[in-house]
Amino acid sequence: MPIKTRLALAALCALIAHPLAAADLTVDIELPAFNVSDYRRPYVAVWIERPDNSVAANLAVWYDVNMRDARGTEWLKDMRLWWRRIGRDLTVPIDGVTSATRAPGTHTISYTIGQVPLGELAAGEYRLIVEASREHGGREVITVPLQWPLTAGATLNAQGEHELGAIAVRLAP
Amino acid sequence: MKLSRTILLASIAAVTLTSAAHAHDVWLLPSSTVLSRSGPVTVDGAVSNDAFHFTYRPLRIQDNLFITGPQGISVEPENMMQGHLRTVFDANLPEAGSYRIALVNASVMASWKEGEETRRWRGRHEDLATNVPADAPELSVRESISRIETFVTVGSPSEIAPTGQGLEVHPVTHPNDLYEGEEATFAFTIDGKPAAGVEVSIMAGGTRYRDQLEKAALTTDGHGRISYTWPKPGMYRMEASADDENTTLANAQRRVSYAVTLEVLSQ
Repeated sequence: MPIKTRLALAALCALIAHPLAAADLTVDIELPAFNVSDYRRPYVAVWIERPDNSVAANLAVWYDVNMRDARGTEWLKDMRLWWRRIGRDLTVPIDGVTSATRAPGTHTISYTIGQVPLGELAAGEYRLIVEASREHGGREVITVPLQWPLTAGATLNAQGEHELGAIAVRLAP
Repeated sequence: MKLSRTILLASIAAVTLTSAAHAHDVWLLPSSTVLSRSGPVTVDGAVSNDAFHFTYRPLRIQDNLFITGPQGISVEPENMMQGHLRTVFDANLPEAGSYRIALVNASVMASWKEGEETRRWRGRHEDLATNVPADAPELSVRESISRIETFVTVGSPSEIAPTGQGLEVHPVTHPNDLYEGEEATFAFTIDGKPAAGVEVSIMAGGTRYRDQLEKAALTTDGHGRISYTWPKPGMYRMEASADDENTTLANAQRRVSYAVTLEVLSQ
C-alpha cells in the first residue's frame, strides 16, 4: 500500500476512532540523489534515544531485505551508531520496523503513539536519530533533539549534508 | 632466519640484556572486528615493528593458535598460508558472540656449563628434566609464556573467559566495544591473579605515516587495571610483559608477555 494511502487511512481511522486522543509521530526523511554510476540505495535507521544513550524506540531500518540467504544483513554494522545502540542485540527482520531500502526522494514514515514500535514515551528529553550508510558512499548521522510530548502541529527540522537531506519531525494530530 | 631461531636469539638477547626491548613485535591483524552476521574473517599475522605493516617475517603457526568462541567453542583456522612476510589464515565464525584469536607460545630456555663450554637448550616445560641436568653448574633456566591476541565479535559482544595462564587481559571494557574519545578499562592478570605495577604500552598502528611512535605508557594499579581514552579511531597494539619466579621449575626465572590488537571505532 502506498505510504500516502496508508497515512490517509491512518488519519481517517484516527478521526473515526479517537478524534481527540490519536496522534501520529511523523518523520520526513529526504534521501539525496547522486549522479554516479555505482549508486546503491543507502541503509537507513531511525530511532529515538534518551540523553543517557538508552534506546526508547527503534522505529525503522531500511536494508537490502531481498538478498539471497539474508546476505543484506552483512552491512547492517555499517550503520555504526545504530549497530552499537540497537542492531547488534537484535535479529532482523522485525515486523513493522525493517523494510527494503528506498530510492532518492522524500519518504514519510508515521507511528501511532501507544503502538509498536513507538509505544508510549514518558514525558522528557529525547533525541530522534537518523543514520544513513551507502555502499560506495559515506555515512551520516542526523540528531534531532526533542522534548516529549511534542507540540501538536509544530515541526522540528534538521538538514543533512552528505547522505541525508532535509529531516522533519512532527506530531500530527 | 626461521622464526624459531628469531625467537631463540631474541630470548638469548633478553637473557643477556635482561630486556626484550630489542625483540620484534608480533601481531595478528583481523580483516574485521565487528560483524553483522556469522561468516569468515581473515587474519594476517606477522613479526614486524612497523605495526600493522608486514615488513619483516611471517608468523610461524603450528599447534599454537587457538580460536575460541562463545561457550568455549573452538574454531579451526582454514587456508593457512605462510609467505615471506606474513602468515594468513581464515576463521569461519559459526555463531553470534565474541571470539578470541590467540597465538600462545610457552617455552623454556636453559643454559649451563659443561667444563668450559656453555650448553643451551630450548624446549617445552615438560621436556626440561630429560634434557637438562638439574645439578649442572651455572644452570640458568628461563621460562616464557607469551600470548598474542585479537578479538572479533559477531552481533552482540559476549563474555570472554580468561585462561588463567601467564599474563592476560580481562576486559572490563569489551575489546570489541572501543570507541574514539571513550575511556576503556582493562584488568591485567598473571596466572589469573591481578597484576599490579605492570607497565603497559598502547600504540596506534600506522607508524609509517608519522614521525613519532606516540606510544602511551601506563602502569597497572593495585587491581591490575589501566584505563585509556582512545584519541582516534583505528587499529591499536597494546602490550605488556612482566618477570617473576612463579614457575614450577627450580631456580627458574619467568617472563610472561601479552600483546593484543584492538580496533577502535569512530563514533
